Amino acid sequence: MISANLAAIFYLVSGILFILALRGLSSPDTSRQGNYFGIAGMIIAIVVTFLSIGNFSTSLVYVIIFLVIGGAIGAFIAFKIPMTAMPELVAGFHSLVGLAAVFVAIAAFLNPAAFNLGNVGDIKLASLIEMSIGAAVGAITFSGSIIAFLKLRGVMSGAPITFSGQHILNLILGIGIFVLIFYLCKTQSTNIFWTVIIISFLVGVLLIIPIGGADMPVVISMLNSYSGWAAAGIGFTLENTALIITGALVGSSGAILSYIMCKAMNRSFVSVILGGFGADNSTDNKKEKKDQKPVKSGNAEDAAFLMKNASSVIIVPGYGMAVAQAQHALREMVDKLKKNDIKVTYAIHPVAGRMPGHMNVLLAEANVPYDEVFELEDINNDFANSDVAFVIGANDVTNPVAKTDPKSPIFGMPVLDVEKCKSVLFVKRSLSPGYAGIDNELFYKDNTLMLFADAKKMTEDIVKNLD
Amino acid sequence: MEIDPFIFRLSIFILSIFIGYYVVWSVTPSLHTPLMSVTNAISSVIIVGAIIAALAGNSESIFNTSSIFGFIAIILAAINIFGGFLVTQRMLQMYKKKKDKK
Repeated sequence: MISANLAAIFYLVSGILFILALRGLSSPDTSRQGNYFGIAGMIIAIVVTFLSIGNFSTSLVYVIIFLVIGGAIGAFIAFKIPMTAMPELVAGFHSLVGLAAVFVAIAAFLNPAAFNLGNVGDIKLASLIEMSIGAAVGAITFSGSIIAFLKLRGVMSGAPITFSGQHILNLILGIGIFVLIFYLCKTQSTNIFWTVIIISFLVGVLLIIPIGGADMPVVISMLNSYSGWAAAGIGFTLENTALIITGALVGSSGAILSYIMCKAMNRSFVSVILGGFGADNSTDNKKEKKDQKPVKSGNAEDAAFLMKNASSVIIVPGYGMAVAQAQHALREMVDKLKKNDIKVTYAIHPVAGRMPGHMNVLLAEANVPYDEVFELEDINNDFANSDVAFVIGANDVTNPVAKTDPKSPIFGMPVLDVEKCKSVLFVKRSLSPGYAGIDNELFYKDNTLMLFADAKKMTEDIVKNLD
Repeated sequence: MEIDPFIFRLSIFILSIFIGYYVVWSVTPSLHTPLMSVTNAISSVIIVGAIIAALAGNSESIFNTSSIFGFIAIILAAINIFGGFLVTQRMLQMYKKKKDKK
């Protein structure tokens, strides 16, 4: 049994180790070490908790058993999950943090004495406020992440679900939560506490269903942030420094990522939350009109010929590459090109994929060295000096309309200047528009050659033709 | 008049938000996915609350309503801790520089 003061110091140490864990991610070289700091911080926090309670009765055996069960499930998932499924996994993990926060809050409400928060029916006012906020945010995180998970998994359609009065309803429910918390503080009623949690679950669902598939990178980042604030709320309740520091770190991390994603789509955070983007309304008649425009299409042989005679090639991967699992074939193609002394680099748009950094992980998985992969700002000027741009599975992020047509819904969004390349190879299954529901002008440019096929199959065919 | 300890916790909280702000801006964009999975893992330090709740049951009734919620929360948080750190580790192992190539 160690004193509360000593325990608090150890919690501070684990909080600092968590800061170092995030700091390590500033470069891939230091990142692995950072992860060990994080693990060390977690071990310290858990061991110190055991020591400070000093209850080594039979309960402890059960705690360890449950810890091992959870750990085994987690480890199993971590090793089995394919890299393409990272967005779903992260959404799933967020939901677990949210639910854990709710359960800890419930446990604290039912047995406040164990946490030194007063007695049942007479919980300290500040603690009651903190635990209900923690529980409410946790519940929103949980149900919101479940919806995000289902959308990413494809169980639920990525199309936004909207109905009239939606925003008013959300507003009323949101205000309702605050009013209920106010009454909870006055009455300490268990029923009101449960009602707060149930309404919060509902708000989580309502908040995420109107958000379309294209905005998923923002949603995931936002839920990341919520899970942090929920943890911080519980941290205040438990008066635990490690939890408060972590909650603040995670909360701000998620908020920054949401900001970066919104900026990369030129969308305001508010408009993402209000949702509705990504609906395919009115695309039908637009498509009919555009289909008459001439499109040059080619096959794998043409593509191989073009690339063989190039001296520099820039690859622009997108979500389609992930869906087709084409990253390994792509790597093979690049190896062949490099053997012919062709300079190959990768250009990644911040919102390519379904979560921040998704493409980078997939390329890393396919053994692409990270110093060949560049972000939008770093590579955008190189397109003008390159021979071939190979667009695989990306669409809206290359659309020149974003620069030219003020009426376009994506106008002002930073895009990759793919069209400045001498020639553009565009791998796509059809001429259908991307998630934003708008036609890509790039398809009809003179220097664009469309390669209509599944990304993986086309890449494999090109590899064959490169011999 | 004495300062309420809550204010100290609030100070820690606000300062940590600032630390988080500067640290996360320095994270390279190519590591944003590992950033999310590692933040997931560390926010599961909420497990300390779950452990306190679970151990609060006495020897006659290890499982009461409150401790059961604690035990379930332990499982949930443990999935996240192990899953989060291990999947981050797995991802970070894949990031290689050009010269590391065989």
